[in-house]
Amino acid sequence: SSESSGAGKKPMIEKILVANRGEIACRIMRTAKKLGVRTVAVYSDADRDSLHVKFADEAVRIGPPPAKLSYLQANSIIEAARMTGAQAIHPGYGFLSENAEFAQKCEDEGLSFIGPPASAIRDMGDKSASKRIMGEAGVPLVPGYHGIDQDIDLMKSEAEKIGYPILIKPTHGGGGKGMRIVQNPDEFAEAFLGARREAAASFGVDTILLEKYIIRPRHIEVQIFGDKHGNVIYLYERDCSVQRRHQKIIEEAPAPNVSNDFRSQVGQAAVSAAKAVGYYSAGTVEFIVDTLSDQFYFMEMNTRLQVEHPVTEMVVGQDLVEWQIRVANGEPLPVTQSEVPLSGHAFEARIYAENVQKGFLPATGVLHHYRPVPESETVRVETGVEQGDAVSMHYDPMIAKLVVWGENRATALVKLKDCLSKFQVAGLPTNINFLLKLANHSAFENGQVETHFIEHHKDVLFADSSNMELAEEACKSATRSAMLAAACLCKMDINTAKGICQGERSPLSIWYSDPPFRVNYCAKRDIEFEWENDYGTTGTVPLKLVLTYQQNGSYLVEAGECGSPGMEVKVVQLGDKDFRVEAQGLSALITLAVYTKDKSKHIYIWNGLQYHHFRQKVGLESSGEDETEHRPERADMASHSPGSVTAPMAGLVVKVLKNNGEKVEAGQPVLVMEAMKMEHVVKAPSSGFIHGLQVASGQQVSDGSILFTVKEE
Amino acid sequence: NSWLLKSSPSILQSTRRQMCLGVLPDAVDRNSDASTRNSLLMQDLLSQLHSNINKVIAGGGEEAVKRNRSRKKLLPRERIERILDPGSSFLELSQLAGHELYEESLPSGGIITGIGPVHGKLCMFVANDPTVKGGTYFPITVKKHLRAQEIAAQCKLPCLYLVDSGGAFLPKQAEVFPDKENFGRIFYNQAIMSAQGIPQVALVLGSCTAGGAYIPAMADESVMVKGNGTIFLAGPPLVKAATGEEISAEDLGGASVHCKISGVSDYFAEDELHALHTGRSIIKNLYKAGGEELPGTWNYAIAEPKEPLYDVNELRYIAPVDHKQQFDIRSVIARIVDGSEFDEFKKLYGTTLVTGFAKIFGKPVGIIGNNGVLFNESALKGAHFIELCTQRSIPLVFLQNITGFMVGSRAEANGIAKAGAKMVMAVACAKVPKITVIIGGSFGAGNYAMCGRAYSPNFMFFWPNARISIMGGAQAAGVLAQVEKANKKRRGIQWTTEEEETFKAKVEQAYEEEGSPYYSTARLWDDGVIDPADTRKIIGLCVSASMNCAPEETKYGVFRM
Repeated sequence: SSESSGAGKKPMIEKILVANRGEIACRIMRTAKKLGVRTVAVYSDADRDSLHVKFADEAVRIGPPPAKLSYLQANSIIEAARMTGAQAIHPGYGFLSENAEFAQKCEDEGLSFIGPPASAIRDMGDKSASKRIMGEAGVPLVPGYHGIDQDIDLMKSEAEKIGYPILIKPTHGGGGKGMRIVQNPDEFAEAFLGARREAAASFGVDTILLEKYIIRPRHIEVQIFGDKHGNVIYLYERDCSVQRRHQKIIEEAPAPNVSNDFRSQVGQAAVSAAKAVGYYSAGTVEFIVDTLSDQFYFMEMNTRLQVEHPVTEMVVGQDLVEWQIRVANGEPLPVTQSEVPLSGHAFEARIYAENVQKGFLPATGVLHHYRPVPESETVRVETGVEQGDAVSMHYDPMIAKLVVWGENRATALVKLKDCLSKFQVAGLPTNINFLLKLANHSAFENGQVETHFIEHHKDVLFADSSNMELAEEACKSATRSAMLAAACLCKMDINTAKGICQGERSPLSIWYSDPPFRVNYCAKRDIEFEWENDYGTTGTVPLKLVLTYQQNGSYLVEAGECGSPGMEVKVVQLGDKDFRVEAQGLSALITLAVYTKDKSKHIYIWNGLQYHHFRQKVGLESSGEDETEHRPERADMASHSPGSVTAPMAGLVVKVLKNNGEKVEAGQPVLVMEAMKMEHVVKAPSSGFIHGLQVASGQQVSDGSILFTVKEE
Repeated sequence: NSWLLKSSPSILQSTRRQMCLGVLPDAVDRNSDASTRNSLLMQDLLSQLHSNINKVIAGGGEEAVKRNRSRKKLLPRERIERILDPGSSFLELSQLAGHELYEESLPSGGIITGIGPVHGKLCMFVANDPTVKGGTYFPITVKKHLRAQEIAAQCKLPCLYLVDSGGAFLPKQAEVFPDKENFGRIFYNQAIMSAQGIPQVALVLGSCTAGGAYIPAMADESVMVKGNGTIFLAGPPLVKAATGEEISAEDLGGASVHCKISGVSDYFAEDELHALHTGRSIIKNLYKAGGEELPGTWNYAIAEPKEPLYDVNELRYIAPVDHKQQFDIRSVIARIVDGSEFDEFKKLYGTTLVTGFAKIFGKPVGIIGNNGVLFNESALKGAHFIELCTQRSIPLVFLQNITGFMVGSRAEANGIAKAGAKMVMAVACAKVPKITVIIGGSFGAGNYAMCGRAYSPNFMFFWPNARISIMGGAQAAGVLAQVEKANKKRRGIQWTTEEEETFKAKVEQAYEEEGSPYYSTARLWDDGVIDPADTRKIIGLCVSASMNCAPEETKYGVFRM
């Protein structure tokens, strides 16, 4: 490893162009800054004012919002690097990170590609080829079909040979896109064609492979690192079993309930895999572990820095982006295998803008309030957004990654729950409450993770309207939160009014006293909330409250219907959104986020472990006559004619399978939409004939707009 | 000195307070029998007051309220709450107007009036209560509406009319329609105020029939609610009778007709909340381009408001329920003014009248309070003090507890009538804001000199223990009995002592009844009966409202010297 400083080598990297956006772009720039390396951001028009642009030393516009026209434009990016004099390009994850042509092009243009050699990307990018190479290198493989012949009948017979259930997967790409599980031969054709279409749309290559579907699997992956001197080490494993829509939401390192023997075996296998393709830089070898037999099989290798790399960084105490830059500079790895420490336990929770109740569909909107937990030695928040930013339909809806570290799994989990309950987002639906439920589940606490975890525990993880006790409990805590929110709102009003009349010395300040004065009676206020129950099946619940301003400055809040007795609340406003409330002998800090949208005031309250979202109508109640404007929020409610089907999200229509007047059966696919790079099949809600279908393939539709109607005749 | 430096700010402050000459002492003996008795009696009076108030706040009865709700209409006070700045105060006036006045009960006289801020601008609210006799105008309803307009005109407050009324109450048309201070005066006032640049805004939230139709029609801007709001000179039944035309109320005079076709109304509201919100927006947009909105010529700086040193609740037992009992008015002043600081004027002269300067919620006021019967000297001192305040544009606060001017030969010979006339002249002509609170008795010419209703104080309130009449019941009975006795004697009729006593008792009872604050407030001889503990707050609100317009210059008539 002494050749590294030889003459004729490229000069040290002094400026890096980050060919990505969002949190990972910021993450890479942070390390670059630490090393004194200058940074260049690239951005699409949608990201003109986003955090990664502000964070960089320089920024270059590369095109309009769609990724295909901006972040996937290899030429524009290379041109940007040349223009700004960057010597290296870091691709982050996604976009061009696993594009071998791009890696090659960078090297051809004299730019250092911070990642593995193009050849390794190519080898591992083709899933069939990678399996062959791995098989030759002695890495265990799942039984399957990886042939070039893609004839549907042949594939179907291969499937029978392997035995159902079968997993259908595109040979290119990752992230679960285009994957299908097929339980029996009848479903094979539809799933196969769907996977192929999605693969073509996402990766431009539509070849498919088949694999045995393991019923109770765990997803364990090994972080490996190699240098340009032939050294490869493993930085232990991560468990990424907890997934929804085949995408990870909670990851941890090291994997729970795993023996040291297993750890080193799987680590060695990963190193063999990497060495087989001449790998250097950061990479991840994914294994599927059959929990019934403890057998692990190679799944694929991700030839990039992964989303969840911070959990590894936390337990090994290293900066992997720094390592990537050093390896790109030709330096050898700073440590040998035996020197890699393994300390404590780390979790990562991915916070997404998504609609959990609607099957985790991606959501869009504005972050009207965004207050991540404060960072520390043991808590990291990787984010690419700020308050006021929008989560658009163009890119991944991830808002942030919350990473926590503890001395052991149990202490790390305590911290994770605490941080999740304090992670505040208002303005769009998120999965935070769902992550909390996951983290609180006893099976999760015991480390009994597996890839079907959410599916298997859905009864507990999703509110079930048939569980009266839980529903009542939820209503009670919502009512209590509403009462506290009402009291805080009233306090806010008084303090705002005090601000308007410019302090005590204004001639009108006396009219804004606390409590407000009434002649011979106490001032009261009727407050009507609608509780937006994000996790229940009940939808919105009206809550009527009456607040009485008491002489002693506290508020008596009474709820009309939920039958709870009045509650006396004392409020002190500490900041714009922070309050100390005292009620029923309990004093607590709460946060309130308020914004107005669609003629409603939205109120979010964080109160200990409780978090609620209420709406309050302002001024005008919507009604038929003069109201022609589009109201997406209401669209999914029963306001449309029966049988009409609305878009479940904003997105692109990729395929229309039926025509107007055509007969359909209930549950039959009618059209296919795509949003956030994910396909969603819109099915007929009942049997009948299609009417009013006006959308065409390639058309953009907004959330809640009517797509078609199914009528009986 | 070094000790002072080390001591905490609060100690410093209290030291300073004690050193300040103007601070009134705490002269109340809380444990005396008189205090205890007053306190108990006042408790009864207050619970009576609150039970009267609770009745009127409920509106025109459960049935009517329910019917109102079923039409998606709010009660008038709820409507006002939603227009006021959130969490702001509301100075409601004459809550007990119409109290036991007619055979039928008429809570709050069928109309709610009061002052409160909207987008930081003080407004006068006039809101019909449709649950009380369909919001129709009884004579007292008209009087209360006119009184609100009078205050609005005096203080230059924009008027918000929340209209929901069936018009004049027909059975009493003779007392409602023809006279000067009757129904027609409402629209006259609207025209005059509009001409003076005092905005007139009407929100039509219910029916607005016949004469009532002129309230929105005369307004500068008006809002109508779809469905509930109707304006027509004659309703569907009358139209059918007159012309045979059959038409629904909505088609005849609904919001669509008036906002889209007739132009009688300016803003179309989808529902009541929308209308109330529109009302707020109209007030928000009230400003005069290029001109200072508030004249700002009250050219003294407003000081930091300070709470009185003593508990304002103690006012509840300071004022004697038995009016013969003497007490020091300074103990009332000490619980009304900022920091209990009172700089007394002419303290040693005419001591039955207490005069001096103080601040209430940071604003300077001149206070005139009675400490006994008015003598020559006290009247002259009062006139002098009023002149000082008018010269300096300082609002006057009258704390009335007066049995009258001194009578008897000595007083007459001294020219008590002349001295009294000076004070009455000064009070009448004083153009500074005047606020009168009757905290005890209000008898005879003392009522005039201390700015009774006839002297147009901007605001006037009663404590529940107060009494008002031309003289005390006993005195009146004595005078009348003497006259009657003389009459009888002339006609040669013998009057037994028993008969005389019955006669006297009857007079006394009539005086007792008519001298009650409820008798007064029911007839709008004042602007409301208030809890003594609220006195400071209410005076503060009144002063603030009165300073909404520019100060005026005072010109006096001929003082008899």
